[in-house]
Amino acid sequence: MSSMNELYRQVIVEHFKNPRNKGLKNTDEYTKLRLKNPSCGDDVTIEVKIKDHHIEEIHHEGTGCSICCSSASVMSEVVKGKDIEEVQEVIEDFYNLIKGEDVTDEERLDEAMAFGGVAQFPARMKCAILAWKALGTILAGKSGEEDV
Amino acid sequence: MRYYDDFPVIKNNPDLVYLDSGASSLKLQSVIDKMNEYYTKYGVNVHRGVYQLSYIASDEYEETREVVAKFLNAKTKEIVFTSGATSALNLVARSLSEHINEGDEIITSVLEHHSSVMPYQEICKNKGAKLIYVPLDKKGNLTVENFKKVLTDKTKVVALTLMSNVLGNTTPIKEITKLAHEKNAIVVADGAQAVPHMKIDVKDLDVDYLAFSAHKMLGPTGLGVLYGKYKELNSLNPIEFGGDMNDNVELYDSTFKEAPYKFEAGTPKIAEVIAFKEAIKYLEKQDLNKIYEHDYELTQYAINKLKAIDGVEVYATESSCGIVSFNIKGIHPHDASTIYDEKGIALRAGHHCAQLITKWLGVTGTLRASIYLYNDYSDIDKLIEATVVACEYFKEWII
Ligand SMILES: Cc1ncc(COP(=O)(O)O)c(C=O)c1O
Repeated sequence: MSSMNELYRQVIVEHFKNPRNKGLKNTDEYTKLRLKNPSCGDDVTIEVKIKDHHIEEIHHEGTGCSICCSSASVMSEVVKGKDIEEVQEVIEDFYNLIKGEDVTDEERLDEAMAFGGVAQFPARMKCAILAWKALGTILAGKSGEEDV
Repeated sequence: MRYYDDFPVIKNNPDLVYLDSGASSLKLQSVIDKMNEYYTKYGVNVHRGVYQLSYIASDEYEETREVVAKFLNAKTKEIVFTSGATSALNLVARSLSEHINEGDEIITSVLEHHSSVMPYQEICKNKGAKLIYVPLDKKGNLTVENFKKVLTDKTKVVALTLMSNVLGNTTPIKEITKLAHEKNAIVVADGAQAVPHMKIDVKDLDVDYLAFSAHKMLGPTGLGVLYGKYKELNSLNPIEFGGDMNDNVELYDSTFKEAPYKFEAGTPKIAEVIAFKEAIKYLEKQDLNKIYEHDYELTQYAINKLKAIDGVEVYATESSCGIVSFNIKGIHPHDASTIYDEKGIALRAGHHCAQLITKWLGVTGTLRASIYLYNDYSDIDKLIEATVVACEYFKEWII
């Protein structure tokens, strides 16, 4: 079960069982985007409150596999309080991590580094990046609902 | 290993436990050899050439039509080659749509594969017709009793699967067809899962159309068959126009050939069609009745073994053959699937292009093991072992 444990590191299981920042506020202060992967049923909604070019609050909600759900939770902690441009860099870095490529700043990725094992499971890459993609899409100026 | 020499994928992957034949079966060496024979010995176009090699290719191509017809107890001219079950089902639906009017009803079920229901959703939206679903019984079976409840004088088309690709259960299509015909409705049967596992006699079932795919029954990819009762089939208009399907072409109008040729526009899947007969010959040699027995027994064995594991939910019925869908309670099928992948067991996780039935089951998806003639008890035992391990592994996750 070595590669199973490589995939499901403690951090991932822990965030899956006790997700942080879960539950939407659904107020006007937030920009919200729902992203679904129809081919597997993963379905994530991210809402963010942006103030002074920073992510002041971020929440997530949705259904999906453990990788998808825990990734949303970890992301919310990693990006909260950060400058938007920095967040965009972090998202890029996370994509690189998932693809098995070099990341520029491991420390900044923090607990998200636990998803490094996903690179060995091509079928699970989409699960890991769904929430990050939703956030990236919001930061690119979109809201609403999309399919990947 | 009885099948070692017949299936090169088994030979090249001796440790593989292949339980995904419902998605696509393994391919026969003889099918591959026949494709090679076409490409290397007489790889030219069919029906067009006026020279020796083209005659050979055309004869080989048409011979498969005869073999398929015999296999189904149909007439040769009732067999149309398409690019798959999906395109066969779309072809019938699109052609039938001319005859659908506002207020007409089309009966289908939530057991359907997307390709058997979505074409009719489009027709109903465009024509103002109504799509009616046969209610399933508690277990997920389609019953004659429930079919009677939805059949009316307005029913024009009955589009049903012969075997669900999620529950593996079979439809009592013969009785349903008899009732539908009393209302002059057309019956379109999706045989993509049933034809690989059981002897299908279209005369006996009396369905008007039957669609299936070669790649799920040991044959090549990219090829499907549409059987149509000749009078019905020939009354339909083609949906694709071009080379080979026409008779006389004038500036503003053209005439078409008779069925089946008017439905095969353009250069067909020549190599695939030619090779497909090898798959059918093999299935006939193995005897479809024996294949059914074998697949049914293994399936029921798997169902019972899985049900005995604490924490496993099985979605199957007593008629399930070749397909076992299940979940580890509280665990997303994609999480569970990683354990099987690690152990070299190929199965599928998700909604299997049949979202209506996974929604009916109240799940986002399932794990699905599908079984075919080359599987044996040891494959199922490995599936069970891995499932026990998976339940243990995920135990601490369940919140
Ligand atoms: C019941 C059923 N119908 C139709 C299809 C469509 O077959 P194809 O993808 O080969 O066109 C499938 C394949 O998954 C199926 O299982």
